[in-house]
Amino acid sequence: MSSEPNGQELARAGRVSRLGALEYAPAPESAAIVSLADAYGLYIDGHFTDPERHESFSTLNPATAAPLTRVARASAADVDAAVEAARRAAPAWAALPGAERAKYLFRISRIIQERQRELAVLETLDNGKPIRETRDIDVPLAAGHFFYYAGWADKLAFAGFGSDPRPRGVVGQIIPWNFPLLMAAWKLAPALATGNTCVLKPAETTPLSALALADILEQAELPPGVVNIVTGDGATGADLVGHPGIDKVAFTGSTEVGRQIQRRLAARGLPLTLELGGKGANIVFDDAPLDEAIEGIIDGIFFNQGHVCCAGSRLLVHEGIADEVLRRLRRRVDQLRVGDPLDKNTDVGAINSAAQLARIEELVAAGEAEGATRYTSACPLPAAGYWFAPTVFTDVAPAHRIAREEIFGPVLSVMTFRTPEEAVAKANDTTYGLACGVWSEKGSRTLWVAQRLRAGVVWANAYNRFDPASPFGGVRESGFGREGGRHGLEAYLGV
Amino acid sequence: MVEIPSRSRVPQVGSEAQLRTVLAALSGVDAVGVTARAAKLATRSPKRETKARALDLAIAMVDLTTLEGADTPGHVAALCAKARRPDAEDATCPPVAAICVYPDLVATARAHLAGSPVRVASVATAFPAGRASLPVKLADVAEARAAGADEIDMVIDRGAFLSGRLGQVFEEIVAVKEACGSAHLKVILETGELVTYDNVRRASWLAMLAGADFIKTSTGKVAVSATPPVALVMLEAVRDFAESTGQVVGVKLAGGIRSAKEALRYLVLASETAGSAWLEPRTLRFGASSLLTDLLLQRRSQRTGVYARREHVSVE
Amino acid sequence: MSERLDVRKTYKLVIGGAFVRSESGRAYAVAGADGAFLANAARASRKDVRDAVRAAQAAQPAWAAHSALLRGQVLYRLAEMAEARAVELGDQVARAEGVDAGAARASVARGIDRLVWYAGWADKVGQVLGGANDVAGPFFNFSIPVPVGVVGVVAPADSSFEGLVDALVAPLVTGNAVVVLASEHRPVPAVLLGEMSATADLEAGLVNVLTGRLDELGPVLAAHEAVDGLDLTGATDPAALAALAAHSLTRVLHAGPPATPEGGLRRLRAFVDTTTVWHTVGA
Repeated sequence: MSSEPNGQELARAGRVSRLGALEYAPAPESAAIVSLADAYGLYIDGHFTDPERHESFSTLNPATAAPLTRVARASAADVDAAVEAARRAAPAWAALPGAERAKYLFRISRIIQERQRELAVLETLDNGKPIRETRDIDVPLAAGHFFYYAGWADKLAFAGFGSDPRPRGVVGQIIPWNFPLLMAAWKLAPALATGNTCVLKPAETTPLSALALADILEQAELPPGVVNIVTGDGATGADLVGHPGIDKVAFTGSTEVGRQIQRRLAARGLPLTLELGGKGANIVFDDAPLDEAIEGIIDGIFFNQGHVCCAGSRLLVHEGIADEVLRRLRRRVDQLRVGDPLDKNTDVGAINSAAQLARIEELVAAGEAEGATRYTSACPLPAAGYWFAPTVFTDVAPAHRIAREEIFGPVLSVMTFRTPEEAVAKANDTTYGLACGVWSEKGSRTLWVAQRLRAGVVWANAYNRFDPASPFGGVRESGFGREGGRHGLEAYLGV
Repeated sequence: MVEIPSRSRVPQVGSEAQLRTVLAALSGVDAVGVTARAAKLATRSPKRETKARALDLAIAMVDLTTLEGADTPGHVAALCAKARRPDAEDATCPPVAAICVYPDLVATARAHLAGSPVRVASVATAFPAGRASLPVKLADVAEARAAGADEIDMVIDRGAFLSGRLGQVFEEIVAVKEACGSAHLKVILETGELVTYDNVRRASWLAMLAGADFIKTSTGKVAVSATPPVALVMLEAVRDFAESTGQVVGVKLAGGIRSAKEALRYLVLASETAGSAWLEPRTLRFGASSLLTDLLLQRRSQRTGVYARREHVSVE
Repeated sequence: MSERLDVRKTYKLVIGGAFVRSESGRAYAVAGADGAFLANAARASRKDVRDAVRAAQAAQPAWAAHSALLRGQVLYRLAEMAEARAVELGDQVARAEGVDAGAARASVARGIDRLVWYAGWADKVGQVLGGANDVAGPFFNFSIPVPVGVVGVVAPADSSFEGLVDALVAPLVTGNAVVVLASEHRPVPAVLLGEMSATADLEAGLVNVLTGRLDELGPVLAAHEAVDGLDLTGATDPAALAALAAHSLTRVLHAGPPATPEGGLRRLRAFVDTTTVWHTVGA
């Protein structure tokens, strides 16, 4: 037995019983795994080339507003070269047996898995989203999409699009900045599996992971010209969409640009898929599994800083539990850690750009001006970079701008309902129709509601779930066409 | 984080029907959601200074346990020495919270812990199965109390709970609580046998309404013991109970927790779910034996910067 | 100096993830196509069949419970393993089947490609074999393919690797576990594939490979009540085995379909049942 004086034992026992809150201490992922070049060219015909006009632009780390590197701005002539390369590569690629195309896609999937940490860090640096999300969601899902569509490449006859479906040819693909690598995978994997060749334009503010993907395609020894990546701004995108050598266009981005693209292509009758904005409703009934619903509301709107087209940006909560839900929601919002996206314990990262931050601030100001009640987390925000603290609006009327317009930021608008009919009516009171959530332990009612919601995706007791095997896409002004699953093949197959 | 109301109180349960109504009104638990939430929290990790303090805290939360047929006074004496001074080479290491033994060894433990802050806990009520009549269970408790136990770890009648005899489970806890007198009562739900998260939530509330000072996951004697989602559900229960009644009930996670990494994950779960009020030995415990060894090794590594040799920590 | 003597390999049974000799202690001499001695293979007994089925039963529920994506990735990993040992497989196929090295390599390559083809089906069979059903009434009605459980496979007698892959992998894709009776006279590639499965993240017991006398083992496997599906591709007397299987209503694939996409899909369909769920729809 110990002979130590008891006073010391007591003192030691007492000392540890006052830890206070568990602050995690910084746990930043090392950025050293990523080595950036000073400048990046365009990936055309299997190698990186300087742009014709030698123009370039900076891409920033939104968490610091410091430049990361310079990226080429593709001109019309560069887009032309990329489309030509894709055209040259198209016949051989389409003629390759599906099983051989599959092997390339399997390789790409495996290399993404092998280089997952590097890709996660790179994406976080360029986009501002937390490393927890890039590591656990963006990168694994990107690998999963290539793996899934690899499996379709030699099974197209069983996909329900005829016994011998053919590729479209050369597809022009434009992707947004909110899930840069994942959106590249969503676009490229089905297009390649079905035998198309691609010209991909990543978003202006987040080109780096697509360029890293080009390196991965090299490692996979994908034939030159099968995938071409042109960086640039809206003008580059317009050049791509308008190019006569393109056989199909796939666009993910804002509803406004989607409208312009459809108008531009109207005369040509070119196949088009559009995945656009949304104003998703998360409907919480009074028999919801409450703790999980709170997490679902949080995930629905604060995942990826709310930069999610299908974000659950409107919360529709049954009046009888509204106070309870809001009390719990505020408590949970206060817990969110906003800050260094490379920190493994960060929940909410940086807003992707100054322009996006300005848009969020403008709509939040409108919400306050129109009379909604604002609750914003008191969390500290870093001094440099672009940041917006998690915000919840109550007393929101369906006519308010914050109830109708896509904010694309960490801002939730809360409304209440009394009956299932009213919930459906309010959820459908939008020109969008991308996604909704329904929270209830009563399956029968959930399915009843799901049948009446005008939305391309309905999650029940979940939100923001994605899977390579599941189709995703909108109705109404959220666009048309599906990505993911068997349905995702259709856009890339001619009948 | 939790707002504990000052003037609310625990509702009086007058009948099984009323108890049933209270429990039925609890929100359901979505198994997919609760598993996902627990997994997400498992990716959080305290670092550096916080980790060092968290390891000390985890050590101070350990109910150092031996519940074997082969237990002897000599073994318990060795355990007591380790409980008082877990790291023989480092006097700054805190003692554990309690020693947990069968009732017949309480007196031995009491004697070896005299004057120390380490408490003596005893399992009782026909641990681990709980298959005995109420008088036998109460006698078990009385024996442990008489021998000097500060804390009683009772098991609920899972058979009664699963077959819907909630009143019986409730009454037993009330009776044991009364027999405990000033001793703290930990109510073991044996969540591995309750199986569903809905059952875990209801049993947690039932135990708290009946007067539990702690709700505890497991005996450690069935296949499934403490798991992160079960801990999450129980932590939500104590949080909600405190908010609605003002009573702070502790949580004891027991069975199968062997590594410091797991223990720290549970601290994260507790901190994020129930709040900092639960980050102390008064409200959070680990029922374990081998866990202490790993905590001490990690503590040592944290200080020296190198991975520690197992032999730096004494055997029991 | 004399020429170096080879270190010869002992070919064992694969049961429950372990490489074991037959509990009976018996073996039989396997000759190559040229008649020369190749190896002593374990000659499994009825008790080995029993043990293998027991191992398969134990492993199957967890395999079926994995996500389809994971099952696909694990089977793809098996293809990676096979590709890495393609030379060894080709060598053994050449010896067993008496074909030249080039033909053997080509056959192994086709087998590996077939394996990759099956791996890709894992997360697609549900969409192709299942789906929503438009019933007349307020119900959400959908059908999903579910594995039958344990599938006994009498491997093709002639195609020792390529044909084996078809028969062995198809049931795995949809979440079944398999007990394979290897080709009696060409068993070595099957044992090799069993070895690879142990290093390809397939849980112990999912793939069990027995070598021995078909006339001895076939009836035991076919009649085993815990065998839920039976692939009789390599059976010499399929009718007799099918009759034995009837006692426990075992699903039987009487003859191996061709190694075409349609044939592969037929194999996939052979060892799934369909579960249809009706759920009310109403506020």
